[in-house]
Amino acid sequence: MNAREAIFASIRRSLAVSGEEAPRRFEVETRLKQAPPGVVPKRGQGDLRARLATFKAEAERAQASLAEVGTWADAPAEIARFLRENNCPATLRMGADPRLATMPWSETALELLRGASDGRDVSAVSAAFAGIAETGTLALASGADNPTTLNFLSDNHIVVLPREAILADYESVFAKLRDAYGKGGAPRTLNFITGPSRSADIEQKLLVGAHGPRRLHIIIVGED
Amino acid sequence: MSEVATSAHFKENAHAALTDARLQGALGFSRNFVGRRAAAVERLPEFEALRDSARAIKDHTLAHLDLYLEAYESKVRASGGEVHYAQDGEEAREIIIDLCKSMGAKSVTKGKSMIAEEIGLNHALEAAGIEPVETDLGEYIIQLRGEAPSHIIAPAIHLTAKDVEREFRKAHHDLPPDRSLTEPEQLLSEARQVLRAKFLAADVGITGANFLIAETGTSIIVTNEGNGDLTQILPEAHIVIASIEKVVPTLEDAAQLMRVLARSATGQDASVYTTLSTGPRRPGDPDGPRAYHVVILDNGRSAMLGGEFEDMLRCIRCGACMNHCPVYQAVGGHAYGWVYPGPMGAVLTPSLIGVAEGGQLPNASTFCGRCEQVCPVRIPLPNMMRHWREREFERRLSPAPLRYGLGFWAFFASRPTLYRLATDLAARAMGVASRGKGRFSWLPFAGGWTRYRDLAAPEGATFQSQWRARSGAVR
Repeated sequence: MNAREAIFASIRRSLAVSGEEAPRRFEVETRLKQAPPGVVPKRGQGDLRARLATFKAEAERAQASLAEVGTWADAPAEIARFLRENNCPATLRMGADPRLATMPWSETALELLRGASDGRDVSAVSAAFAGIAETGTLALASGADNPTTLNFLSDNHIVVLPREAILADYESVFAKLRDAYGKGGAPRTLNFITGPSRSADIEQKLLVGAHGPRRLHIIIVGED
Repeated sequence: MSEVATSAHFKENAHAALTDARLQGALGFSRNFVGRRAAAVERLPEFEALRDSARAIKDHTLAHLDLYLEAYESKVRASGGEVHYAQDGEEAREIIIDLCKSMGAKSVTKGKSMIAEEIGLNHALEAAGIEPVETDLGEYIIQLRGEAPSHIIAPAIHLTAKDVEREFRKAHHDLPPDRSLTEPEQLLSEARQVLRAKFLAADVGITGANFLIAETGTSIIVTNEGNGDLTQILPEAHIVIASIEKVVPTLEDAAQLMRVLARSATGQDASVYTTLSTGPRRPGDPDGPRAYHVVILDNGRSAMLGGEFEDMLRCIRCGACMNHCPVYQAVGGHAYGWVYPGPMGAVLTPSLIGVAEGGQLPNASTFCGRCEQVCPVRIPLPNMMRHWREREFERRLSPAPLRYGLGFWAFFASRPTLYRLATDLAARAMGVASRGKGRFSWLPFAGGWTRYRDLAAPEGATFQSQWRARSGAVR
């Protein structure tokens, strides 16, 4: 008997089951198919305006900084302002996301680098898959559009989030994920990000800027 | 070596910890957890309902564990990953080292994983000529010191900034010796700089998993530092090591558990990074690992299913039980002598390494019940410690004076009239002997108690006789 068989045999011995019981199989298949939501906190619920307000408050609690602009075309100027304000070099890395690529970057003096990060970038910009009002969290999906390394290797991570992508809760993101990747599918990496990186491992003192970004700047795009 | 247990010497360990002034100073830091958790719970009206939901999800999954593992495994394979099974630590170490060797790995970065501690992975990697680099700040610090973690989510909580400075000066000898390292900020910044180079140079990244999702074949890790992510996205291969009970049915189920995990652990509403990984890099992906392996470890857990310790398999490793435990707070995590400290460790350790080795730990409890009050998945920890004590007693593993003492007590306790007579007499005798001071600073046979605190002397009649007098003829 190999290790796999031995472990399954031991589990089934302890549970006093054979693994062939139709009702058990049915229950498991049903749960996997239906994915019942459980208890979903009210905090993130509401219309788009309410979700936006909750998202902003929660993201700020998590020490992210925020800006709102009217259209995607307004984002480069805000990014340039943010980098200037924090005395950062005018260089920015980004993936192939068409929403980012078509922005009017030439209106700024920013130098653009494309593709995955090699660990030397000071700043990077990503476009979010969704925002979660409940906890002020960003959801970012991996791929050529928004390489995962950008989320972790840069000192400043700037994330552009369309207003209408601010959803109430994690469950709403999973629904959107199933629309995009099919039921049971997922991107290689899905990052839920709530604020800049931090550690409290030394004397329980909470310090921002551990291994990931020291700053997380969220730019919300959209008109009221 | 972390896998060698000194749990059988809990008493000696605890004595040493109580007289260790440096440790006693550092332990104060862990008290912050209590207030932070309470504040986070206060902010979420649905918290108690979420605890019930979390418990139900775990119970449902455990009752169907074989089927969810099958579903999980087939989804991992469909996404291009590989699943390996290990019955014990030795098999798990062998699988991981074979994988590393087959990829020609020289350096391995590691996200924080209690399972890796449980199987003593670092020593095995070193013995195979592969450099393991712990990347969680706390784990990195204790790796430099050659220590085991003293807390499951704050591994270096037994240390002060001064201790960390000393280790960093010793380990980072290529940095200027006159640099300032007095502030925690400076220590963090130095660790970031040193570990960044390690992240970029690693051949393989090993992480644990907080959850495995059967629906999608996804592994989830939760961190605040981002170290787990750099560990798993930069190297050529990502190896996940997780125990069988980490699987949950769906993404929705994981979200229920995440909501109670972060709040119970650090008092955050959400940890900074919750990362869902499914298989290796996809066509067109500019980054991410090219190989994705999951090693699923049993190590005694399947035998716990269906038995009196099954509830322990609900544990999501938040650490709330130890943060709220008066015993843990007094002696710290190392006194428990193996990988898992505090109440959850006291229950789990005898299951995993045997009652002969770990049977002392369930005695390290005042039965105050706070661990059960705060446990996000409502594990009846005090009750389970009581089960272990019974087993220890039945197997005559408890010390002779304790067994005779209990026998002596049982003789009276099962004879109510005699018991009342004896306690009346003893209370009166002790009252007289205390000479009105109301306490004893020394008492024969009670040195273990009076060495650290006074024993209160009985004043007046016993509880039972007072009760009888108060309720009069009613009884």
